[in-house]
Amino acid sequence: MIKIKNLHANIDGKEILKGINLEVKAGEVHAIMGPNGSGKSTLSSVLAGREEFEVTEGSVEFDGKDLLDLAPEDRAREGLFLAFQYPVEIPGVSNINFLKTAINETRAYKGIEPISAKEFLAMVKDKSALVELDAKLANRSVNEGFSGGEKKRNEIFQMAMLNPKLSILDETDSGLDIDALRIVANGVNKLKSPNNATIVITHYQRLLDYIVPDFVHVLYNGKIVKSGGKELALELEEKGYDWIKNELKVESEK
Amino acid sequence: MTTAELTKKDTFLATFSALQFNEDSYFKGLRNDAKNELNELDFPTSKTEYWKYTRLGKIVNNTYTLGQPEKIDVSNFLIPNLDAQVLVIVNGHVVADFTSVDGVTVTSLSAAKKQNIGGLKKYFNTLSQNKKEIFLAFNNAFHTDGIYIEVAKNKIVEKPFHIINITTGNNTISQSRNLVVANVGSQVKIIESFVNVGGEKNFNNHVSEFVVAENAVLEYNKIQDKKETNFSIATEQIYQEANSNFTINTATFNGALVRNNLTIEVDASNCETNLNGLYLGKNKDHIDNHTVVDHKKPHCNSNEVYKGILDDESTGVFNGKVFVRQDAQITNAFQQNNNILLTDNAAAYSKPELEIYADDVKCSHGSTTGQIDEEAIFYLQSRGISKKGALKLMINAFAKDALEKVSIEALHTYVDNKIEQELS
Repeated sequence: MIKIKNLHANIDGKEILKGINLEVKAGEVHAIMGPNGSGKSTLSSVLAGREEFEVTEGSVEFDGKDLLDLAPEDRAREGLFLAFQYPVEIPGVSNINFLKTAINETRAYKGIEPISAKEFLAMVKDKSALVELDAKLANRSVNEGFSGGEKKRNEIFQMAMLNPKLSILDETDSGLDIDALRIVANGVNKLKSPNNATIVITHYQRLLDYIVPDFVHVLYNGKIVKSGGKELALELEEKGYDWIKNELKVESEK
Repeated sequence: MTTAELTKKDTFLATFSALQFNEDSYFKGLRNDAKNELNELDFPTSKTEYWKYTRLGKIVNNTYTLGQPEKIDVSNFLIPNLDAQVLVIVNGHVVADFTSVDGVTVTSLSAAKKQNIGGLKKYFNTLSQNKKEIFLAFNNAFHTDGIYIEVAKNKIVEKPFHIINITTGNNTISQSRNLVVANVGSQVKIIESFVNVGGEKNFNNHVSEFVVAENAVLEYNKIQDKKETNFSIATEQIYQEANSNFTINTATFNGALVRNNLTIEVDASNCETNLNGLYLGKNKDHIDNHTVVDHKKPHCNSNEVYKGILDDESTGVFNGKVFVRQDAQITNAFQQNNNILLTDNAAAYSKPELEIYADDVKCSHGSTTGQIDEEAIFYLQSRGISKKGALKLMINAFAKDALEKVSIEALHTYVDNKIEQELS
């Protein structure tokens, strides 16, 4: 589904990603963990197409296409979805209207006719139930006045509406209480299929109790320094990131 | 022999001196008063506080010829799906006769003067007497023609009026003048489109007076859409009596120099006043809205929202003043101005002012000027919406509450489409 090869990226001349290699196949869930400042959010930003980041080296192939060559909206239309760490409040733009525009622009891109009002409303009803999002919230301005948990649920609601091939959840668990976390994770799990894939970026192992990953990668200092199965997350939780740092230090001193 | 150099004001006076007015002594007297007033006045400079951010060089340094009446095909200026009575002004002249409908007198101002119709003498030229303002004085002294609408007591006019106020030609000057009287308990909606047919540097100095009598409801929608490099100064004077409701919606889409002077005198209790505006500047447009709401009596509400979207090298000016006089207890007055600058070269000058002499009032004002939130644009893009589509969504959201008081559906659609068109 996505093949990231030797990806290097800068912001303001400072190198943040220093050669990322990662391949995610359909049906898989990958978790990327790492301490603050290791480059986790940069990776998701670069994949989603945020302009401030400059890719200096490497390639990303998404479903056979050169992802880095596409505008952010075209990446989304091709099936990439980023659940934001900090969902943006957009006063005056209704959640529903904006999603309808998004769906129809994506349909136009694929040469499909616009969604009918009836079909759309049925979908809203169905998908908002999935994340227990109050129908009223769906009609309000995008994220405006939403609580932290509601914002994150709204991200997953949008994900459900857009039905992406690859979802990247950027610290979706941060700031969530256990109930909200469970709801969000449930939503993600229900959307899982053999045809799509998920990258879960997180600082904490807690989320991975609910969204069980097939692979866990540790990102440190702009590189993936360790990969393993779901037990790696538990090990990290127990030993902390210092364990990785020390291990790396030992290796570099050898 | 040396000739004393003509001042710019003299040049204007010389241009207007050719006008002949066939009116009775009462109306001639009003014109003469204004001419005397003009002796004392001069064109403002940037040192004049009231005109600080709007330099008039472009208007006053130009030499004009008088705009002439013409027959113009107005089909391009009609609002789709709007069932309205259309009234046309061309270069300050009214070229057709109108049919008055039951309970409403509609005629040209010049004809109204000749027939000395109904409330004309009672109200005409009375709403602006203490205001020493040169463009108002020029219009008082030399206005040619315009529309007179008087709605009879308790008459509810279903069909809106659509005044199409057209200027034509290069370097022409015209001074149109309207008076609208909504008598006790009446209701009426008016749209006025200020447009031009070809021509550059034509200047329309317009004045409208509105009387909103007891318990009357009047909605005035003003669409300013002059292309190219034309100039407009418009002065509106509104007088509100008890329990009345007045709404003005101003949408300005273009204009090398547009200045709106709006003064609303709320001279009785329990009135509601809405003054809203949207201005879209591009190229080197200069759009200036000066508004005054004068609350003189208790228990009144006023709401003011002006929003500007300024592109290229355009400039927006907003100066909103709200007076709450000592007698005007329990006044609720809200005012806000928000601007979005789409480029580094666009500018907004915003000055919201409150002058409160009463002690039991609720008043607020606010002003913001900023850029489109790039983070929000990226968020929308990341959901599959093009950058342009995202910009459109955000601007529509920003502009929305400035025009939510437009109650005529077809006009609302027209303005929405127009916004979209202007932004693409």
